[in-house]
Amino acid sequence: MSTLTIPHVIPSPQEDCEKLHTAFSGWGTNEGDIIEVVTHRTADQRNAIRWTYHDIYGEDLLKSLDKELTQDFEKAVLLWMLDPIERDATLVNGAVKKWAPHDRVLVEIAVTRTANELLAVRKAYQEKYKKSLEEDVAAHTTGDFRKLMLPLVSSYRYEGPEVDSGLAKSEAHILRKHIKDEEYNHEEVIRILTTRSKSQLMATFNAYHEEHGNPINKDLKKDPKDDFLFALRSIIRCITCPERYLEKVIRLSMKNTGTDENALTRVVTTRAEVNLKEIKEVYYKRNTVKLEHAIKKDTKGHYEDFLLALVGSEEE
Amino acid sequence: MADETLSLKKAFSGHGGFGVDETTMAAMVTKWRKQPDQKSRFRSDFSGFFTKIGSIEKCEDDYLLRLKTEFSRFKNIMVLWLMHPWERDARWMHHVMHKSYPFTVIVEIACTRTSEELLGAKRAYQALFNHSVEEDVAYHIKESYSKLLVGLVSSFRYEGPQVDNDMAKWEAKALGNVIKSSGSGKLIQNEEVIRILTTRSKRHLKATFKHYKELHGKPIEEDLGANLCLQETVKCIDKPAKYFSEAINIAFKEGADKPSKLSLTRVIISRADVDMEEIKETYHKQFGVKLEDMITKNTHGHYKDTLLTLIGK
Repeated sequence: MSTLTIPHVIPSPQEDCEKLHTAFSGWGTNEGDIIEVVTHRTADQRNAIRWTYHDIYGEDLLKSLDKELTQDFEKAVLLWMLDPIERDATLVNGAVKKWAPHDRVLVEIAVTRTANELLAVRKAYQEKYKKSLEEDVAAHTTGDFRKLMLPLVSSYRYEGPEVDSGLAKSEAHILRKHIKDEEYNHEEVIRILTTRSKSQLMATFNAYHEEHGNPINKDLKKDPKDDFLFALRSIIRCITCPERYLEKVIRLSMKNTGTDENALTRVVTTRAEVNLKEIKEVYYKRNTVKLEHAIKKDTKGHYEDFLLALVGSEEE
Repeated sequence: MADETLSLKKAFSGHGGFGVDETTMAAMVTKWRKQPDQKSRFRSDFSGFFTKIGSIEKCEDDYLLRLKTEFSRFKNIMVLWLMHPWERDARWMHHVMHKSYPFTVIVEIACTRTSEELLGAKRAYQALFNHSVEEDVAYHIKESYSKLLVGLVSSFRYEGPQVDNDMAKWEAKALGNVIKSSGSGKLIQNEEVIRILTTRSKRHLKATFKHYKELHGKPIEEDLGANLCLQETVKCIDKPAKYFSEAINIAFKEGADKPSKLSLTRVIISRADVDMEEIKETYHKQFGVKLEDMITKNTHGHYKDTLLTLIGK
């Protein structure tokens, strides 16, 4: 569920635009007012503000924000202001351009989004970058990773609840065979993980556990440093427990050794209107500390205020 | 009398060709009303259909099956004509896995439809069969060309005007290198070949094929060996009218098998509103005879009439 708080009486897009424009004017920037407006509007309302701003002031609101803001706060606001599908397309483009085997973004977006959302991202990607996501992923990844990532981002999974339990057992068996033989990149492994529906896969992973003793991810931990195995485990977790997977991404982004603002910003902005509430619950259960408190401790300034406004707080 | 026998035989597919001539059959029922001797003489004279057993002429089972096929050509084309194009494409793809249609039908659909049309077909497939076409192709087809096929069917190609010409040149070179160094059996599974053919836009690929020809002095099809899947992929992307014209020609060939003959209906129905004029021109140029003449000579009845209307005679 969404963690956004929207005021009871929503100002018109014109009023919001005036407030933003005033916030940019004169010396300095009134970041507080900017946060006040943008973090308490839904995606549709934000889109309306963006169009209205362009109508009134003749400039793309994002350009103005780019001029006025800096650093992590700026990156976060710009990402937030994008329409969710365009945002995902922007994130995957960034990930693909500087792709390396330890990339986490492609799997996260390709697997946690619904089939139609991923398709919409592919369309938005083409409009924005004049290329297909598939051709860019194929061109920037190599070897085993290309074998895995290309079908993953090209997938258009069936989304019905039907499960063929005989098939689940036999495909669990196939997975077990190749995992045991350490053929992690085998085409059957990739076929099953990248084409089957999520319901079918959950049944397959359950069958794996029942028939072979361990949960499948336990058997994929042979080398904890291996990026390919990490990718496989991530795919499986994103299918079976996306909120727990994303909680871990957030938790690791704020480890003692410094904050990975990109990951933190990405998960908060992309999930605030989707399932950030559930992720917060998982976070509290896992860490006995509220996500808001962790963010307060680990970030500062306008970036912190922005994140807290999106994450919300039950104490208010 | 001999004329009537001949024309009724033809109507019942006794002299080959596609479909049956319902009108002639109905007329003969009228002519030979209450004349069992006529029918008896006809049966004796029609050895493929009937065979003498004791004192009667019984039907050959093979011929009955053949008649079933020929009678159903009109029914099939009419149903297909009414059907939504996405459902048509979804069913044809399903037939590859469940009714032994040749795998080239999947190449045909994946490569000659627009990105939106292919997407629509995939949605229809999911709604009809509760599976994605990608998972079914990946699961049911375990041949050397499987990876290429899955890639083709998963594609959602960019359709805009932008082409990176330098990249197209580079990829033409890369393909040349792969072709030179791979055994022709391995070519179909080569990652670069699959990447380029299944992800690049059609415009980009046409430019790539053009550069290949300039670079190596011959069209890429000549260097792809006997790889049917690769050949058809390149043809469908680069020269679809040629692909369709050849498919029609194969259907009309002497001894064509059942799936090849089904191509006639499929091609004409699916292209009637798209590029039929171009296909007709290509057919005429390639085979020296007009498509409408081939159809008139080799098909019968309402099936024939429908085909002729669809090709815009």
